[in-house]
Order: sequence, then structure tokens, then C-alpha cells
Amino acid sequence: MAKLAGPLEIYPLLPGTNCKVCGEANCMAFATKMAEYTVKLRDCTPLYEEEQYAKKRVKLEELIRPPVREVTFGTGEKAVSIGGKLVLYRHDLRYTNPTAFFIDISDALDADAFAKRVRDIEEWTYVYIGQNLRLDGIALRGVSKDPQTFAKAAKKLVELTDWPIMLCSLDPKMLSAAANAIADKKPLLYAATLDTWSEVGEIAAKHGLPLVAYVPGNLNDLASLANTLQAMGIHDIVLDPGTLSRSGLGTTIDCFTQLRRAATVKDNDVIGYPLLSTPISVWADYREGEAPELTKWDEVLTAASMIVRYSDIVVLHSLDMWTNLPLTFLRSNLYTDPVKPVAVEPGLVKFGDATSDSPVMYTTNFALTYFTVESDIKQGNVDTWLLVVDTEGMSVQSAVAGRKLTADKVAEAIQEYDVEEKVNHRILISPGMAARISGETEESSGWTVKVGPRDSSGIPKYLQEKKWQEE
Amino acid sequence: MTEQEKKTTLDEMFGEFAELVLENVTIELDELKIALRPMIQQVAAQVAKPALSLPKSLIPAKFEPPFGDYSTKIHEVTIGATKGEGGTRSNSVTIGGHEAPAWDLFQSPPKHPPIIAADVFDMKISLAKAVKTHYKEVMEDPAEWAKLCVNKFGADVITLHLISTDRQLKDTSPNEAAKTIEEVLQAVKVPLLIGSAGDPEKDGPVLVKAAEVCEGERTLLCSATVDVYEPIAEAAKKHDQVVLSWTSLDINQQKELNRRLIDWLRPEQIVIDPTTAALGYGLEYAFTMMQRMRLAGLLGDSELQYPISSGTTNAWAAREAWLKDESLGPRELRGPIWESVTALALLLAGNDLFMMMHPAAIKTVHDLIDWMKERKPVKADDYPDWTAMALPEGV
Repeated sequence: MAKLAGPLEIYPLLPGTNCKVCGEANCMAFATKMAEYTVKLRDCTPLYEEEQYAKKRVKLEELIRPPVREVTFGTGEKAVSIGGKLVLYRHDLRYTNPTAFFIDISDALDADAFAKRVRDIEEWTYVYIGQNLRLDGIALRGVSKDPQTFAKAAKKLVELTDWPIMLCSLDPKMLSAAANAIADKKPLLYAATLDTWSEVGEIAAKHGLPLVAYVPGNLNDLASLANTLQAMGIHDIVLDPGTLSRSGLGTTIDCFTQLRRAATVKDNDVIGYPLLSTPISVWADYREGEAPELTKWDEVLTAASMIVRYSDIVVLHSLDMWTNLPLTFLRSNLYTDPVKPVAVEPGLVKFGDATSDSPVMYTTNFALTYFTVESDIKQGNVDTWLLVVDTEGMSVQSAVAGRKLTADKVAEAIQEYDVEEKVNHRILISPGMAARISGETEESSGWTVKVGPRDSSGIPKYLQEKKWQEE
Repeated sequence: MTEQEKKTTLDEMFGEFAELVLENVTIELDELKIALRPMIQQVAAQVAKPALSLPKSLIPAKFEPPFGDYSTKIHEVTIGATKGEGGTRSNSVTIGGHEAPAWDLFQSPPKHPPIIAADVFDMKISLAKAVKTHYKEVMEDPAEWAKLCVNKFGADVITLHLISTDRQLKDTSPNEAAKTIEEVLQAVKVPLLIGSAGDPEKDGPVLVKAAEVCEGERTLLCSATVDVYEPIAEAAKKHDQVVLSWTSLDINQQKELNRRLIDWLRPEQIVIDPTTAALGYGLEYAFTMMQRMRLAGLLGDSELQYPISSGTTNAWAAREAWLKDESLGPRELRGPIWESVTALALLLAGNDLFMMMHPAAIKTVHDLIDWMKERKPVKADDYPDWTAMALPEGV
């Protein structure tokens, strides 16, 4: 892995006044956190406000610049930042800026279909461990091949949405017309090629817009194109080495892997930019009359490969729940901070107005398990006690198999968290996945154990039907 | 253009680095940064002149493939044995042997492409509806079940899970379980993997018996754990079988168990399994464990130089895979894509052996391995212009 700047390299470039404006105890503490990228350089306000530090600031900015530059586009709260990657593997530190999902819209759609498509993109959502999974932006495609139609559609789009926009056409005239129309919304331009770099580069430079460099399947040429665009004064560059599915998937994964590895491990600065992939390309294989599900299936596989293999932004056509749910989940998983604790605090948690007559359930202290159970209990709006047993941060199924969740541990938790003082009864509801240890748990704890649902989505129904009180 | 103007322009473009080039400043910190970002100076040199006016032609840059240095290989492990090899299988399969991180094709393609084992159970079990549909005819007959997986669903190997031996289920004796093993060995000719029930009292005796009846077949015994490993390792040594070393998302525990197993076994007799959590429910732990294990193995950690296995069927633990909820789309698609994406992430992380269930997911992962295992030259024209394609809308 590339060597990121250490605290001892950062510290000499800070003001060194220990002014605490950043919220840290002193400059060394700030330098330490800066080296882990858990604070922003901007938090050191004197560095930006006082002229005497200007030179140090410039040096610092260069020193801490991620090996993959960050590119931001769109405006306001919805603006999206991509790239800014520090490492090749998530276990080396963490991945920053989750892959942005851009869904296409055609400029050839009629007004109603156009508006509906925008709405559908904006409204796609799913609640996952307490957060709303969403898509990130809209990719306007120049299907009409008419610059005026394309520009009009771009204008229409900014009326309908404040989401970030990507303008997509390989024809410089199309890009010029649309960029003129909505430059103030800071769209991402797609794309400059080996044939069009001069014209498209000028458009990007003129409006100060971020630009995608697209050269399919040839990394030397892609590096040359990026090099040239940078020489034109364009610094917000995104690289697209081309996306192929099916028998071309190996080549595609290889290109993305080489680019990211070269940037992060070999410090190749020429290609140290965010990467864009286009799983939407799979639709080129779609034939009218075929079931679209097969093409969607391919799109999911291609997109999943690219999310794992370093794509900072993906362009998709499918907007179904079954296609985008696994993809947004995958993104969430891989972009989780690997040093984030796996476990929550064990203990007894009260939900709603739980009383001494309320049921007692137990679960493990694996964060994902706990939050899933918590969200199910809250959604069901039921009054209950939840005993969180310390399984060293392991899920129910794994903890039972790995002997981290045993009858003795459950019995100990009942004692340790004074459950017998909180309720009148002695009935414990076990997760369905822990049915194996229910008999032993009765022996070690002296409580009656009822086996609850195998999946916690069944908890509200289970409790409402008072199944735990049945003989 | 004067020298002063030129300098200003470069300063704007490259900040301190232009300064370095022009003023030849040498302070320690800057030297360090030059070491960090060797390309910068090169870029500065390359673009210095054209930057002053619009480039008239492409400014060439060479891209060097980012080869890594790996000191050791992952061990090769062979499962199954043909008549010539002392068994009765029609073929054997070999996994591992890798010399580079997974799918770094530019460096080295996978030595042996990953394989898929279909799960077969020795008794009827509860399954998600989308899975059950495909197996309901054979759920009480493991031999027929195995045949279906091989003949119709294309499984490379079969894992026979002897879950009925669990004291809380049917408490089937090791001798009875051995009969089932023999039936399945008769029914299919692909290599066989044997899974125990996860009952700490029974797993040892069951797998010891399995090692005995599979004499010569080079079967994979699933699994040795930190709690139960001695009898399994001993039986594997005696009957020349392979052992799955299974731990719970803990790399140190994995190393510890492997260290103990090696007292009985040769490296070619160990496959490791760090536990697979489902997409959305901890997949990242499995993903990162596998990635770290593969890298450690390549960089000389002898305790992690083994091929990796995944219980990918665990993907179905995610409710989104099976929940009956129309708003999430048809579960006939949702379930198998869940298993497929779980597998795909782990495939890219470096997994070698997938234990799977849904036929569409099995087919998908076979396809993916086939598509990914080599680079194929593609002409620029073969990349479609997706920006201008007319696509089906609202389907």
C-alpha cells in the first residue's frame, strides 16, 4: 500500500500554536487524526485565515491529498463527491465516498414519462439498519442526437430536480449545448475521447466542469488522455476504461484493478482519479421481445463486480427493488468502516412501556443483529425487554455454532443484568436460530425458554399473538 | 514569454512541485514527498511546455502494469480421487495454487478456477420457498438429491450434510450416516464433501466414520473447529482425507486452528473457512477476512496459505432474500440474485470453493468464473455507445 502521510510529517506544517480552535487538545493531536483522515484540514481555520500559514497550507494540502483525487459535482446539499480513496483494500484503513449510483434518463422521453422517471429515481428508497438507502444522481443520455433537444431536456431536468446530473453524449456539439444550458448546476460531462478531447476539454475548461475521460480497453491511451486534459487545466477528471459484461467482464475487472492499484500502491499520479463504470452497457445486448429480467440480471452482476472493484460511480438503467437492493446493500457493506466496532454494549434494553409483565427476549451483541432486532421491535410498536448477550460481536447463528452463545452465557446475562428483578415471570424468548441451546438454557437459568421466530421480522406478530404465554 | 511568467504558470499548476523543479529546493520534508509521489515530477516535465497553450496533440503517458511482489503461493488441494488415484470418482478437482491476489489477471490468472459444491441434506429441512421449489421432489432422498444437483444443475462437487445426526433432530448414528454416504457415493461420481451437523458431541464420531467409509475417495471433512478438531484431524490423517478448518470471523483463531491441524495433516489436506455472513448482514467481515487471508498467504504467512471455502447458502439468512413482500419485487428473482451477489463479492475477495443451493445462483457463479478467468482482447468498437442507445423504458 502507498505510504500515507504520518503525524510527524503533518505536524511541522500546522501552525503549532495549540489554539484548540479545531476542537483538539493540541496541534499534535490534530496531526494524528489528520493522518487517519478522521478530521478535515479545513477544521484548522488559522491555516486558511492567516496569511503567514499560506505556504504551509499549500504544502499540507498536497501532502494529504489522497492518491485518488476527490471530484465533486452537482450543487447544494445534494452535491456528490466521488473518489478521494486512500487505500486499495478496505482493511488498510477504510473506503471513503461510497460508490455513487446514477440512473439514466433519455432526452427522447415525452414530458410525462420524463417527469415520472425523475420521480421514480428520487423516490427509490429502502430502510436498512436505521438508514434510508438511496440513489445519488441522474445521467441524462443524448438519445435524440439533437443538441437542441438535449439542451432542452437538461433545462427541464434542473427544473424537476436538485439532484446531481451527468450529461452523457460522445458528440461534443451535444455536450456544448447542454453545458451552456445548465453549467451553473455543475454537471459531470461524459465524455472526452481520443477523438474529441480537444473540443470537449475546452467546454469543460470554459465552464469549469468535471469531465470523464473515456478510452475503452487501453490504459496507455487513457493515461495519455488524462495527462492531456490535465495540461489543459482540467483537474476534476473521472476515468472510464470501458465496461463490458459477460465474456468481457474479466477484461473490465482487470482494467479497473490495474488503474486503482497503480494509483494507490504505485503512486501513479497521472491516473490518480475516480473511476466510472457503466453497467448500463449490458442493455446493448437486449433484443426487443426478450424478457428484460435477463438483461437486468446481467446489469446487477456487472454493477456488483464494479462496486467491489473500485468503481467510484456507476451508471445504471434498472430501477427495480430486486436489482438495486442487493447493490445498495453491497455498497453499504463494503464502505462500512472496518474499525467500527462490531459489537454493541451487552445489557437489558427496555422498549416502549415495558413493565414487570412484559415479555423478555434475548439476542446477541453483534451490531447488525442488534439493530435489526431493534428496528423490528420498534416497527411493531411492542412493549418488551430485550436482553443483549455478549457473544463477542457475533450473530446468533455463528455464535451458536462457534460456542460464543451458550446456555451458561445466557444464564449469566440474566443474573448480571438483574432481569429477575425487572419482571414477575420467568419466561425467556430465545431467537429461533438458537433453538439448539434452549433445553440447556432452561437447565442453567431455571427459566422456561420459548423459541421465538427464526427471523426477527416475525417478532411483532409473535408478541401480539402472545405466543410466549401459551402453555 | 518571460521566464517569470512561465514560472507563475507552473506555480499555479503544480504548486510546490514546480517550485522544486525550478528552484531545486531540497528540504527533508519535500524529498519525502517526492518519494511519495514520484509521478508528479514526471508529469511536470511532460506537460510543462504544452500547458502554456492548448495542446495540439495528445500528450503521451505510459501506463505501467502495477505488478506486486508475492513471495509464496497458496497450496494446491485436491478433492476426490479417480480409480487410478485410488478412489471411485470420475474426476478429481484441485483448488488453490494462486500466485497473486484474486483476479489480478494482469499479474497472474487464477491457477485453478473456483468450484461450486451443491448442498445436499440427509433429511427434509426447512428452506426458502424459491429454493424449495427446485428440490421438493428429492428432499427425502439424498442420493436423488445429489443426482439432481450434478445432472441438472451442473454442480462440480456435492456436499452431503449429515444434519440428521444432531441429537436434537434424529440423532442418527454414525453407522447409519455411513449408509447414506455410501448411497450418495453410488449415485454420483463427482467428488464428495461430507458435512457434520454442528452438534459438538456427534460431529467427531460422525466425521471419523465418514473418513473411514470414504477411504481412498479424498473427501473434504466439514468441519474441524477449535472445539472439535483432534479426532477429525486424526481420522483424516489415517484415511488420507482433506479437512475444512472452520472458524468464526476471527483471523487469529483461524491461524491457531490451522497451526494445531498441521500436527496431523500435510498442507495439501487443509481448506479454510472464515464463515460467510449474508449480503447486508455482515458480508463485509467475510469479504475482508478472505482478502486478508489470501494476501497474508501470498506474503509468506504459512498459517494462511490455504484455499478458501464459503458456505454461500448463508446468503438466505438475509430476510430480503426470501421475504414475501411484493414491494421488493418477485422473490423468485430476489433470492437467487442475493445468493449470486453474495458469492460474487467473495469470488472477488479470493474464495475458491462455494457451497451453494439455488440452481440459478449456481449457474450464475459458474458463468462469472468462466467470464472472469481470462482477459480477452476487445476492440474499441466493440464497446457500445450506451449514451445514445434506445432502451426499453418502464419495464
